[in-house]
Amino acid sequence: MITLLLIFFPLIAALLLLSVKSEQAKNIAIAAAVAEFVIAIFALTQFQYNASIQFEVNYDWIKSVGISFHVGIDGISMLMVLLTSFLVPIIILTSINTHYKNANYFYALILAMQMALIGVFVSLDGFLFYVFWELALIPIYFICLLWGGENSAKITFKFFVYTLAGSLFMLGGLIYLYLHTAGLHSFNISALYAAGRSLDFVQQGYVFWAMFIAFAIKMPIFPFHTWQPDTYTVAPTQGTMMLSGIMLKMGTYGIIRWLLPIAPLGVEHWAYVAIALSVIGIVYASCIAIVQKDFKRLIAYSSIAHVGLISAGILAINVQGMQGAMVQMLSHGVNVVGLFFIVDIIQKRTNTREIATLGGIRNVNPQFAVLFLIVLLGSVALPLTNGFVGEFLLLNGVFQFNAWMTAFAGLSVILGAVYMLRSYQSIMLGETNLITSSFAPLSGNEKLVLVILSAAIIVFGIYPKPLLDIAAPAVNQLIEGVQIALVK
Amino acid sequence: MKALILLSSLGVIALLAEIFSFKKLIYPIVLLGLVLAFILNMFDWDTNQLYFKMMQTDNYAIAFTSLIIVISFLWFIMAEGFFKEESNQSDHFALVLFALVGAVIMVSYTNMAMLFLGIEILSIPMYILAGSNKSDVLSNEAAFKYLIMGAFATGFLLFGITLIYGATGSFDLTEIATVVSTNTAISSIFYVGVLLMLIGMSFKVSAAPFHFWAPDVYQGAPTVITAFMATIVKTAAFAAFLKLFHTTFSSLGETWMHIVWVMAALTLLVGNITAAIQTSTKRMLAYSSVAHAGYMLLALLANNSFSNSAILFYATAYSIASIATFCIVSIVANAKGSDVVDSFNGLAKSNPLLAFVMTIALLSLAGIPPTAGFFAKYYIFTSAFTAGNAGLVLIAIIASLVGVYYYFRIIIAMFFKENTNNQPLEVTINHKLLLIVIAVAIILLGLFPESIISLL
Repeated sequence: MITLLLIFFPLIAALLLLSVKSEQAKNIAIAAAVAEFVIAIFALTQFQYNASIQFEVNYDWIKSVGISFHVGIDGISMLMVLLTSFLVPIIILTSINTHYKNANYFYALILAMQMALIGVFVSLDGFLFYVFWELALIPIYFICLLWGGENSAKITFKFFVYTLAGSLFMLGGLIYLYLHTAGLHSFNISALYAAGRSLDFVQQGYVFWAMFIAFAIKMPIFPFHTWQPDTYTVAPTQGTMMLSGIMLKMGTYGIIRWLLPIAPLGVEHWAYVAIALSVIGIVYASCIAIVQKDFKRLIAYSSIAHVGLISAGILAINVQGMQGAMVQMLSHGVNVVGLFFIVDIIQKRTNTREIATLGGIRNVNPQFAVLFLIVLLGSVALPLTNGFVGEFLLLNGVFQFNAWMTAFAGLSVILGAVYMLRSYQSIMLGETNLITSSFAPLSGNEKLVLVILSAAIIVFGIYPKPLLDIAAPAVNQLIEGVQIALVK
Repeated sequence: MKALILLSSLGVIALLAEIFSFKKLIYPIVLLGLVLAFILNMFDWDTNQLYFKMMQTDNYAIAFTSLIIVISFLWFIMAEGFFKEESNQSDHFALVLFALVGAVIMVSYTNMAMLFLGIEILSIPMYILAGSNKSDVLSNEAAFKYLIMGAFATGFLLFGITLIYGATGSFDLTEIATVVSTNTAISSIFYVGVLLMLIGMSFKVSAAPFHFWAPDVYQGAPTVITAFMATIVKTAAFAAFLKLFHTTFSSLGETWMHIVWVMAALTLLVGNITAAIQTSTKRMLAYSSVAHAGYMLLALLANNSFSNSAILFYATAYSIASIATFCIVSIVANAKGSDVVDSFNGLAKSNPLLAFVMTIALLSLAGIPPTAGFFAKYYIFTSAFTAGNAGLVLIAIIASLVGVYYYFRIIIAMFFKENTNNQPLEVTINHKLLLIVIAVAIILLGLFPESIISLL
């Protein structure tokens, strides 16, 4: 039952928001998002730390074609649900000083998207997963289109078509699997797992590519990333946060939940290519990030680099890589939301995101400088921040696959430090100039958000065990299952 | 059958209205009659009556008849303005009702002669109605083109029927099927006959490369008539097409399947790509209607247990979404004086209801969940996959992406562009209700498609 509540509560709140006035919308949205977080925490307290699927709900939906409304939460899903329900209130909170026109629609779309995201993370039926997956796209499309910056129609449209193309390939893959399920065809996750594993490695290869392209576009992985920098830059801050903080994880989660168990042989066969693409993406995006002049765009590219490492770690198929991916998915969500919020704060006060025109903000606002530094260090994976735990485990996982790949993937840490620290230096340090001299102090809400995020960065950097423990049994079981399928 | 009789009598009553001057009453009488026809039709469910070996009310026929009646009910509400004109009012009613009679015959025939009659009864009123905007040159052109092309196609069809009769000695579908399956050496004119019938039917469903008439006719005809052609005529034609090839010619798959494969691929690509470069929304919807015929051809080609319900569901989803889009296009075009995409600029601000319903209808046409159009596409893809036509599914996927491009042009115009022409839109209460009902139906059918796909 609690799973249904988690999925549909945001939707009900979103529908409610449509009927209220624009001015009240913000408060109601925050209240709804916090309530959703409370529900998620309650689910966590009821959660048994083992590999089983809990809070399972299974109704027939379209019975004659074997489609059911089957949802449930295991450790992996639990972490993603927690991340989503933690970030959405934060994201809404970051908009408190921004006055969007038709704010009620804006927040309704964000909550509707939250519903779809939670749905993606708890679906245990291939068709249902696909429906939620697509459903997440419509709200974010309208958020970016209607509240986005210059040229948003063209850019968001590219984004929409790109991701839809990927999705349709995935749909093709899912139908292919569905028709290989035994007996009466079914979209149930276990039936799809069995169907996938009954295929030989060539057929699994088809399935692998059909699904991998969908996930790779969503994350995005080189060379499917061309929609991402423009979309992240043009989207309103909250839209960018939803995209990078949560929506991107749909791709990585999809690989873990669907791709690996369904097509283990396909993954093994193509892992070299897929990991190579991820690693190329890491180096390529990092290099491009270094020469960016726009800070928001720089972070967009850094996100490609980070997510490339996550996907490489997952595709290496070992426990360390997978655990690292789980942690890094959370850390990246927290860090990237923090960074985009910092961009927003700077842009609101100075009307520019150009790194070169800024400087010396630390002299005016040391408090901001400290909070910025903490988020930034989390992002460059300094030990004792959350980013370090994930990256270390991921690099360890990739190392077990191939040492050379790891050497290149490891560049992400070094290059990341280069572009992040350089931009910090240029924005915060040095002489205060005309633009930055009047940098206003942080408001209460801004402080609150940054302090919460900084606390999360430090606490989970020092003591990540509670997070690792939630997912560990499920991750171990998943990896074992995949490895057994590979040995056969 | 009862529904057929009722519809015919409604047509006659509409004609009598002119003589006995109760013209004001026809509109409610017709709506009531359609409801009654729907109910009578449902009474025939599972009876499977055969009438003189000419028509059969099997569940296939009843399901499609019901669909046609429901869509025409929605269409009558959409077209209320069309029937307000002072002159020719009762003629218009009678013509539409007789066209419906033809459509019902087309979905329940068991004899080639009835197929031909049905097509003619449907087509001749359409030729007249396409030109019902007498002062408009485009409307006249549409009627003329439709007549010439339609007659041409009927010629092919008739020639095909003749050749098949020559080879098998029968017009009856079951008898032909028996001859085909028992006789190993069928005369070669039979195959020619099948091909000619294939061409004739492809004209009627506007499948490439026999689709050239569609855009001009759709654009020139009054918008309500275009909506009628794009929904009811297309549904009936597809039901007839499917019945013929799925039952009678099914065992001859190899003779026609390669051709239909190529036609489906062409229809998908030509329809979608040409639609993408149109500026007139009506013309764009015409090409999109060609493209949708391509998706339905996928199910026809699959020729398996999915085919019937896939086409029924697709026709349902496509028709209700089309009624909504054509309704909104005609409202906007009437107010702004033009149906180019730019007329939709800023509609979300000036009239949120229209923009909202239009968005849902276009998302459904584009096949995006949770709308009915998505499940329809999914089901078609499944049937094609089962039949081993993975390559065609790939083409259909690419074509769908192109489809998204042009449907979203209207969405972007409505939500993103600024309105320059602040002409207020007049939307009647009936239209508002109709649009709300359709929007709800699109979502409900998308979420609970079982009610329809379990019928066949």
